[in-house]
Amino acid sequence: MNRRTKERLVFLGFRLCAMIVVLALVVLVGYIVINGLPKLSLDFLTQFPKDRNTMGGIFPAILGTLYLMGLVVLFAVPLGILTAIYIVEYQSGSIWKSALRMIIHNLAGVPSIVYGLLGLALFVGMMNLGAGLLASALTLSLLVLPMVIAASREAIIAVPPSVREASLALGATKWQTIRHHVLPYSISGILTGVILSLSRAAGETAPILFTGVVFFKTFLPDSLTDTFMALPYHLYALATQTTEITRPNQYGTALVLLLLVIGMNLFAIILRKRYRDKYKW
Amino acid sequence: MASKVSIRKATTRRRLKEKLVWLGLFGVSDISALVLFIVFGFLLVNAIPAFTRSLDFLFPVHPDGVINLSDFLFGTNWDPTNPVSPAYGIVPMFVATLLVSLVAACIAIPIGIGCTIYVAEIASPRVRSILKPAIEVLAGIPSVVYGFFALVILSQWLAGIFDPPNKLNLFNGGVMLAVMMIPIMVSLSEDAINSVPRHLREASYALGLTRWETIRGVVVPAAASGIVAAIVLSIGRAIGETMTVLMATGNARALTFNLFQSGQTMTAVIASETGEVPFYSLHYDALFAIGVVLFVLTFVINLLADWIMHRVREEYH
Repeated sequence: MNRRTKERLVFLGFRLCAMIVVLALVVLVGYIVINGLPKLSLDFLTQFPKDRNTMGGIFPAILGTLYLMGLVVLFAVPLGILTAIYIVEYQSGSIWKSALRMIIHNLAGVPSIVYGLLGLALFVGMMNLGAGLLASALTLSLLVLPMVIAASREAIIAVPPSVREASLALGATKWQTIRHHVLPYSISGILTGVILSLSRAAGETAPILFTGVVFFKTFLPDSLTDTFMALPYHLYALATQTTEITRPNQYGTALVLLLLVIGMNLFAIILRKRYRDKYKW
Repeated sequence: MASKVSIRKATTRRRLKEKLVWLGLFGVSDISALVLFIVFGFLLVNAIPAFTRSLDFLFPVHPDGVINLSDFLFGTNWDPTNPVSPAYGIVPMFVATLLVSLVAACIAIPIGIGCTIYVAEIASPRVRSILKPAIEVLAGIPSVVYGFFALVILSQWLAGIFDPPNKLNLFNGGVMLAVMMIPIMVSLSEDAINSVPRHLREASYALGLTRWETIRGVVVPAAASGIVAAIVLSIGRAIGETMTVLMATGNARALTFNLFQSGQTMTAVIASETGEVPFYSLHYDALFAIGVVLFVLTFVINLLADWIMHRVREEYH
């Protein structure tokens, strides 16, 4: 066989692989959109479930997920960003530094269900926070903390040393330099990482399985230790614990969750592209 | 005079603020480094009482007996709720985890590598600017949505093709896991291919090799450690994945080597049983012991990938 022909054939194979991947995305999202769209309405988003989840909406599940995200922002984001600042700006190169990086890297690979066990043992069992919003949000915070740190770290490292040196040369202290020069330049990168981490927190089911998420509730949670409904768990429970009658609601829930998570992902991707175009060092 | 004093005051305040910021940040960095130790520590603290009473002074009261460690590691029966003779063997779920990950790897590795090479070396910038976000979005889809798809749609399709004894089976979970693994694999191995220095490719073209010959003979070998690390890492993710396999594989406890029968992976056992066990019962301890096995397994895989990746860095920088 001719070398060129061979090349063309092999490249065709690679293109096919890429097409399979895109096809998988299109089929998966397409099925859920097509089947979920008829269910999507204002009522579905703003009402409580009715008639054994065949009618009504998923309002409490949406609200529960939003509560969780809000709490995760509160716990994980400041801690993650401050840690990243410390690692990059204050810690001089040492074994500890590379050890810390390795730990953060490895934390990302811990299975999410293991975080669920941890949440149960630590927040519900030992700290007696009760199975509820707070315990779940803390568990999710532990899960996304390494992601926030890694993303913030990369964004801060990307600011060139010359910016810092210029500020220091003008007599600014280290913290002033960070506050007025490093952070403003890296904030959009940090924000991208934060949004991606939040979308992960919003979509995770396994870590909150044992810390207070419930299938059905007739009232909204009114304290941090109250049990709550959440979108991903609602989808899981609907799909595995009810019959085919609730299928339209299953598709509807899946679509809402997908829109929320993919929307955040796309927003982060666009944000990243914009700041990459804006700052070219 | 007055201005001098106020300048000095301001300087002192500034210095003090610097110190405070440093102190605060130092404390913070320690907290997050501790997370990993907390995770592992808590798993151990809750798992050890399953096997021995000798460390009881460390732990809350665990009223039940203990499991023989070898019964746990080599037992082929998991039946903790049996009132007569409860069994705590981890082998069935371990086998299920391996089978599911094996199916996923066999499908994901060829497609993932092909897709990576296409994205990194062949695609035009325009195609790439569509492909890369698509792959990222695929990686961002929640696992419960994958699980739902596998449960409701994929299982129907596969049942139509293979006519399996159980509609929800290990193969079904493996195929869905493969789709989840590919984006992780592609984004990691693409980094490896991109970090191959340009001059290596140019030298190869200068010698008259075609683009495919350059990819096969120069680029892929040079990025090999990175690609292998990406594969290893994505297998680690497949082993730790919970919701997809929980919903897709049918959750049968019996030991099986048949891909088309229902099975239950380690993650699925933890997910489906932990919510119902009383605190500090033997069943509870045993579930944490599974968690330890899972943690160690994925941790070792991560370390392995880290180690492989580190070697490629040293080769070119």
